[in-house]
Amino acid sequence: MLNIEHLTHTYGTGAKAHLALKDITFAVEPGELVSIVGPSGCGKTTLLRTMAGLMRPTGGDLTFLGNEITSVPEGLAMVFQDYRGSLFPWLSVESNVRFPLKRLGLSKADLDARVSESLVAVGLTGFEDRFPFQLSGGMQQRVAIARALAYRPKILLMDEPFASVDAQTREDLEDLVLSVKKKFNMTILFVTHDIDESVYLADRVVVLSKPPTFVVTTLDIPLSDNRDQIETKEDPEFIRLRGEVARLIRHPKSDDVTIPVADVA
Amino acid sequence: MALTASISTANRPRASREPQSARRQWWSRFALRWIVLAVLLALWQLATMAFPSPFFPQPIRIFERAALLWLPGPNGVLTPSMLNDVLPSMGRVLLGFAISVVLAISLGVAIGLSRKFADYVDPIIQFLRAVPPPALIPIFLVLFGTGDEMRVLLIAFGTAWPILLNTIDGVRSIEELKYETATVFRISFVSRLKRIVLPGAAPKILAGVRTSLSLGLILMVISEMVAASSGIGFSIVQAQRGFGFPDMWAGIVLLGIIGFLLNTLLTVIERRILAWQRSSGRETA
Repeated sequence: MLNIEHLTHTYGTGAKAHLALKDITFAVEPGELVSIVGPSGCGKTTLLRTMAGLMRPTGGDLTFLGNEITSVPEGLAMVFQDYRGSLFPWLSVESNVRFPLKRLGLSKADLDARVSESLVAVGLTGFEDRFPFQLSGGMQQRVAIARALAYRPKILLMDEPFASVDAQTREDLEDLVLSVKKKFNMTILFVTHDIDESVYLADRVVVLSKPPTFVVTTLDIPLSDNRDQIETKEDPEFIRLRGEVARLIRHPKSDDVTIPVADVA
Repeated sequence: MALTASISTANRPRASREPQSARRQWWSRFALRWIVLAVLLALWQLATMAFPSPFFPQPIRIFERAALLWLPGPNGVLTPSMLNDVLPSMGRVLLGFAISVVLAISLGVAIGLSRKFADYVDPIIQFLRAVPPPALIPIFLVLFGTGDEMRVLLIAFGTAWPILLNTIDGVRSIEELKYETATVFRISFVSRLKRIVLPGAAPKILAGVRTSLSLGLILMVISEMVAASSGIGFSIVQAQRGFGFPDMWAGIVLLGIIGFLLNTLLTVIERRILAWQRSSGRETA
């Protein structure tokens, strides 16, 4: 569905050139939740922005549903880390969710149904007429998620969406992602720097190295589909997987990669 | 005004629990605001009675004159002063102001969105806005004659600058992420203008409009003191020249009342438009 092959990105040119992404290859299949995890500053956001068509990479192939990504493709939605910045504070909760749907030419009834269905899914019924400033951070991010759900994207990109909410809210929102994924059979690409989160949510984890960034490995997560914040995280399999991801981030296996980091510059 | 607004918002939750004391609070605030004015008026009255002077008539006389000049007769007939002075003045200031708001916001949005355009027009704007509008009256008289066009355009010109500069500033203050969000959802340019640019810049635009409103009244009066045959400014000058001091004072008082009413109207509009950010800074801080 989404294919990334030998993606590279260099910021600047000449002596000031900075190789941010060295060689990224992976794919996302329909119905999958793939999480991308890596140390901070490893270019996760750059990677996601190129996939969203918000910027062009300097090299490599990016296709979505078989078409090369040159600008934002139809059927893609994104949830940003900065919910305050990405919501429209002058629109009510309901209008925020409705706004992107206007151009889709839906009937009034379909529009209303989609908006209310998404607000129900994220647990915001009764808050339709509030303004974002009247909601907590976690609830604002729920609005952003509802907005993306109502849009019915073929793929949903999430850029460290829960990095700025408190731990308890974060767990609730993680479970929300799992439940809407199941309910709407969504394809989700989830970027995070949190190892537990990447394993807990994903069907597959793509582990990135420090910059210049390459894919250290892609790890299948064979945990059951019914995940639970307490039980899943006690599962020895979960503990083994999170340990493995952590080790891979800290000490990327050198036999997976031909060029050690120091040789690149 | 703003202070009162914030107090009443902050008190709202309590008001629902204890309506009785909230109402009392409201009355005491209301009384406090007006009692000072009433005391000052009383002092003014006493002073003018103690030291009579033709230049400083008693406030009671002034209000009597004002009522006679402008309040409609018993069967609702408008007085000549209302028809010849107040209504033309209001027409000029509102029309000039409307032209200014539309043009300044449109231009401000264009400049705020395009750096290149801004670079082209910035020197012209900096020069023109530095010119005090009353200094342009002679040119405007030559260009547009002594009729209403000259006054309306002078008001439009003079009031455009605060709105224009605030609009530019407001548009530039919108975070990039808002536009990126719109890009991701493939939202059209027109839709962005209506739903992102204008509302995002609205707080600053309205601040500019507020500044411009008082400028508009100033320019209205000044323009009516030159080569005019009607208007509040004209009537004040006429009264002064004919030693009609109560009339002159009445005109000044009327200007104060009009300014107060227009400002109150603007506050109401502003609160509706900016409901989304009322006290947002305080509650999320």
